[in-house]
Amino acid sequence: MATGVQIVHQTGDLDDAGLDLDNKTLLEMYWQMVRARRTDERAWMLHRQGKIAFHVSCIGQEAIQVGAAYAMRRGHDYAHLYYRDLAFAFGLDYTPAEFFLGVFSKAGEPSSGARQMPAHYSSYQRGMLPASSPVGTQVPQAAGVALACKLRGEDRVTVVTLGEGATSEGDFYEGLNWAGIHKLPLVCLVENNIYAISVPMSLQMPVPNVADRAPMFGIKGVIVDGNDVLASYRVMSEAIERARSGGGTTLVEAKTYRPTPHSSDDDDRTYRTREEVELWKQRDPILRFEAYLRARGLLDDAAITELEARVRQEVDDAQAAAIAAPDPAPEDALFPIFKE
Amino acid sequence: MPEITLIEGLLQAMDEEMARDDSVFITGEDVGPRGGVFRATMGLYEKYGADRVIDAPLAELSIIAVGIGAALVGMRPICEIQFADYIFPAFNQIVNEAALTYYRSNGDWHVPLVIRAPYGGGIGGGPYHSQSVEAFFAHAPGLKIVIPSTPYDAKGLLKSAVRDPNPVMIFEPKKGYRLIRGEVPDDEEVLVPIGPANVTRQGSDLTVYAYGMMHYYTLQAAAMVAEQDGIECEVVDLRTLVPLDKDTVIDSFKKTGKALIVYEDNRFLGYGAEIAAILSDEAFEYMDGPIRRLAGPDNVPGMPYAHPMQEYFMLNPDKIAAAIRELAGY
Repeated sequence: MATGVQIVHQTGDLDDAGLDLDNKTLLEMYWQMVRARRTDERAWMLHRQGKIAFHVSCIGQEAIQVGAAYAMRRGHDYAHLYYRDLAFAFGLDYTPAEFFLGVFSKAGEPSSGARQMPAHYSSYQRGMLPASSPVGTQVPQAAGVALACKLRGEDRVTVVTLGEGATSEGDFYEGLNWAGIHKLPLVCLVENNIYAISVPMSLQMPVPNVADRAPMFGIKGVIVDGNDVLASYRVMSEAIERARSGGGTTLVEAKTYRPTPHSSDDDDRTYRTREEVELWKQRDPILRFEAYLRARGLLDDAAITELEARVRQEVDDAQAAAIAAPDPAPEDALFPIFKE
Repeated sequence: MPEITLIEGLLQAMDEEMARDDSVFITGEDVGPRGGVFRATMGLYEKYGADRVIDAPLAELSIIAVGIGAALVGMRPICEIQFADYIFPAFNQIVNEAALTYYRSNGDWHVPLVIRAPYGGGIGGGPYHSQSVEAFFAHAPGLKIVIPSTPYDAKGLLKSAVRDPNPVMIFEPKKGYRLIRGEVPDDEEVLVPIGPANVTRQGSDLTVYAYGMMHYYTLQAAAMVAEQDGIECEVVDLRTLVPLDKDTVIDSFKKTGKALIVYEDNRFLGYGAEIAAILSDEAFEYMDGPIRRLAGPDNVPGMPYAHPMQEYFMLNPDKIAAAIRELAGY
């Protein structure tokens, strides 16, 4: 299995020559990753306290998600996300306040009016296409979005995300087939966290890398270390630029790991060892980025303390606001099925 | 007023809507230079080009899903499924995605998508070119479903479907593509609203409810029993299956007190079962005989290939007339 493109190597070596991110943006990306992590951890805690019914986690995948979001022309490009993309959504201006309205399923929840489970991201204003639960369905839809952009001569790029398990669905093949035939301005980002609930890569596909499948669609395949936010940003930027300039679709595979169970209803001790999980925790994407920022003199203990306090305050406030928000009225179940 | 065929009505509708609105495009198998296997899109590729009449890979799921994606961002796709029998790979995209988007996005997003699919038997198509699939989709909330039985309605309903902000499925009676002819004006816009049923024959003895090819046959049967037996049928062409025009359905039953529902799908849990249930529930006091369904036989698929078996399965005016006589006897 390939490691993929790296900038912040596990060894501590840095390969950041030519990186086009200023210091302010680097620190903002770090903040987004920490903000997603703390928000996500709070949801787990609330679930264990019996205060929310369900949570599906982004922990461990913040680097590829924030790197991808920051590579987009935000507010202009389209994103079709999947349920594990909390950090990605934050990168597209979604907020903890909105997230907590979702996990508490309160009135005013912006993605669905609390009609869907939490983490089904949708925002017309932000160009976040409406997510559902069946995996993979978003890939051919995203091809349709990209086709529309191409037919209209727009320079918008569509980024669609999914897990490696969803690449087994026919939707994935059919969508990328269209993308290849019509050279669509699309980036298909597979966040490969090795497990589809309990089923490992080896039982999901006969090839070592998802990106190995790119040639069958006539598109470019790239592997990136998805726990390296700078490498993720670079690879996604290149793929998005390729799409925008008429170079067609890229299949990006981000190698990453989900150190939590699949969802609050899963118990991962039934299918993998604690040693494996601990090994991956040492490859934590936030620690990786922190080491980089310290090495570049952009971050120190005091700055981290300040940032953590700021994030905690936002999470506390968002949680409190969601708890205080009213439940949806029962008859909100009767929201119209048809648009007038 | 020129007389045209049902499929010419469909072609005119697509041509006019594409000329009117740049966001309308067509995709499906063989819709391009071939003009569709039934010729529904004939000439449109030459007229509007490869960007607006797009030959799709042979994959129904993505014909629909690509349409959904384009519709989400403001296009008006018309997706052709070559035969309704082949729509099932796209079932998830239709019922879980297109149908639910408006509701589950709290009204933020909508899917102005048209799905065209020829349906029905009697053309020697065997089990995979003959099916009636409307009941599957009528059961799923979020899909408008229309089935025209005349060239006028075919044109007018398809044009309305293109302009509707929701997913609309139009099932086309392919046996009637060239068999059913009718007058359609060429000097005015033809638009038939999605929703209202059409009372196509007045009568007082009983009401026959039908749609698509069965409505065409029902009018023939009604004329037959009027002439031969003096039975005066009222005929209701449902035209729109979802949302159902309950008022017209119930009003006619209140007038006649007897209902025969004709559909070519298998009888068990077919679309007509819902009409029967609505009448018995909401117009019980007016009932003057059993609410009857005349449909395809149960427990066998529609429909076998060999001609005698196909004709055994398929309804026709004689079978409908027989059912009318029996019901009129109550």
